[in-house]
Amino acid sequence: MTQQLFPSQIRKIILEQAKRANVGHIGSALSVVDIIAALYFEVMKISSPTDPDRDRFVLSKGHAALALYATFFLKNWITSEMLATYCSNDTLLPVHPERLLKGVDFGTGSLGMGISYATGAALAAKLQNSQRRVFVLVSDAECNEGIVWEAAMFAAHHKISNLYVIIDLNGQQALGYTQDVLNTAPLAEKWEAFGWQVKNVDGHSPEEIKSAIQACEQEFTRPHALIARTTFGKGVSFMENKIKWHYWPMSMEEYMLALENVERFS
Amino acid sequence: MRIAFINALAELAKHDSRILLLTSDLGYMVIEPFAEQYPDRFINVGVAEQNMVGVATGLADAGFVPFIYSITPFAVLRPFEFIRNGPVYHQLPVRIIGVGQGVEYGFNGNSHFGLEDVGVLRTQPGLTIIAPADDAQTKTAIEKTSNLTGPVYFRLSKDSFEIPELSGNFELGQTQQIGNGMDVLILSTGAITREVIQAAQLLSDQGLRSTILVIASIAPAPVSDLIKALSTFKCAFTVESHYITGGIGSLVAEIVADHCLNVRVVRLGFDVLLNNPLGSSAYLQAANGLSPEKIASRIQKVLEESN
Repeated sequence: MTQQLFPSQIRKIILEQAKRANVGHIGSALSVVDIIAALYFEVMKISSPTDPDRDRFVLSKGHAALALYATFFLKNWITSEMLATYCSNDTLLPVHPERLLKGVDFGTGSLGMGISYATGAALAAKLQNSQRRVFVLVSDAECNEGIVWEAAMFAAHHKISNLYVIIDLNGQQALGYTQDVLNTAPLAEKWEAFGWQVKNVDGHSPEEIKSAIQACEQEFTRPHALIARTTFGKGVSFMENKIKWHYWPMSMEEYMLALENVERFS
Repeated sequence: MRIAFINALAELAKHDSRILLLTSDLGYMVIEPFAEQYPDRFINVGVAEQNMVGVATGLADAGFVPFIYSITPFAVLRPFEFIRNGPVYHQLPVRIIGVGQGVEYGFNGNSHFGLEDVGVLRTQPGLTIIAPADDAQTKTAIEKTSNLTGPVYFRLSKDSFEIPELSGNFELGQTQQIGNGMDVLILSTGAITREVIQAAQLLSDQGLRSTILVIASIAPAPVSDLIKALSTFKCAFTVESHYITGGIGSLVAEIVADHCLNVRVVRLGFDVLLNNPLGSSAYLQAANGLSPEKIASRIQKVLEESN
């Protein structure tokens, strides 16, 4: 499989597993696919999920875990049998990631906590003189949480430049559009004001994400924030930018249509 | 105890490079012995207790043993969900230091009181909970828990004092005994043990001989020590600077129920919202029936009623 095909493969797995398990959070998972693919297939240095000096990834927006599980499968970290336990009894793959699954350093699901763990993990790398970096994916609505800004202040103050926050700016949250629920704009200016190096990127362009991270590598005094513009439900036309697909599971008809959408690109 | 703690920590840190100290901007005239000796291992995270726990979780996952320091409600209650999802769930060696047992921050008011920390934290599996009764026990407890791989909460008094009868003894899962009278069993935890010892003297003056068991290891609970003692007495009194819900009164009642012990448990502690005029710690304890005289008279009254 060429690297360009990973995102569409991830999307296909998200749809298959979400349908089999009859659960929602599909739109949120689809939103971050290209970011996670860029990190795991192009950016992060991870020889194995247990290598102590591997780069770390924290999915602070834990409800997009299905995108992470699909990625682990494509990296051969989990088998297809294991993937097929998603949201079944006795699974290590619930809706939000748990630490028992190899490859997950920090269990998440309570919004805002992941960035705080990641900040500690990045500080630890610095104290240990390790070159490892920590990448953390937060949602734009997650920035409603005060803890995000506690961590942001801390990381900037301590010049934790091996910390990369990627903000999935899809403009939606559970019950509405962020601009209507609790406006987080202007995010780039806010992160800049908190002392971070900020890059605006197309969150659906793995190439752009990779280049932006490479461009950050020469900045040694500030942590880095990538404001990644994304489309909620990306890749499935009838889900794109629709609030209902935060929680809604698919009917069989919707599932077939969604698969058709995604397979067109694979 | 907070001074005894910082001195013990500075000593341990000489031989244990995993130890870090984080504070959420508290500990003036307390933390200096560590902060000055180990400036690279000390971080004031600012007034941000939730982030302090989150950062400590990330540090502990990478092999450090971070001690996080604040006044009890800010160390425990503000970031409780972080403690639950972070060090408890990830089973990491974060050490939470809560300063101020009960109403010790008297004139600072309700916001600074630690009256439910034990009750809240006792719900968390795998979290060790220690409430030393004096400085020497604090030092021993810090030393004896240094290699625990899971999280530990230390409930410390802000004051410095020694209870000679304890000789600094501390063991996880055990009580320490003061006296061996057979008329009354008093179970105590933390600094209020001083008042309990004075109360026992007052009772002794009335001809009532006490056995005091000090519960410093709240979790793991000293189950076998408690079963043994509770099986020997008809009536036991728990005394704590904590709400009577969730603390050692509840712990003892649970053990009595779990093991079908035939003993009455009377819980002395704070049982109402402190919605009255404020004062010193001693004033507030006395106003809530927890001075030595009031502890003694309450015990005596119950014993007279039961006879």
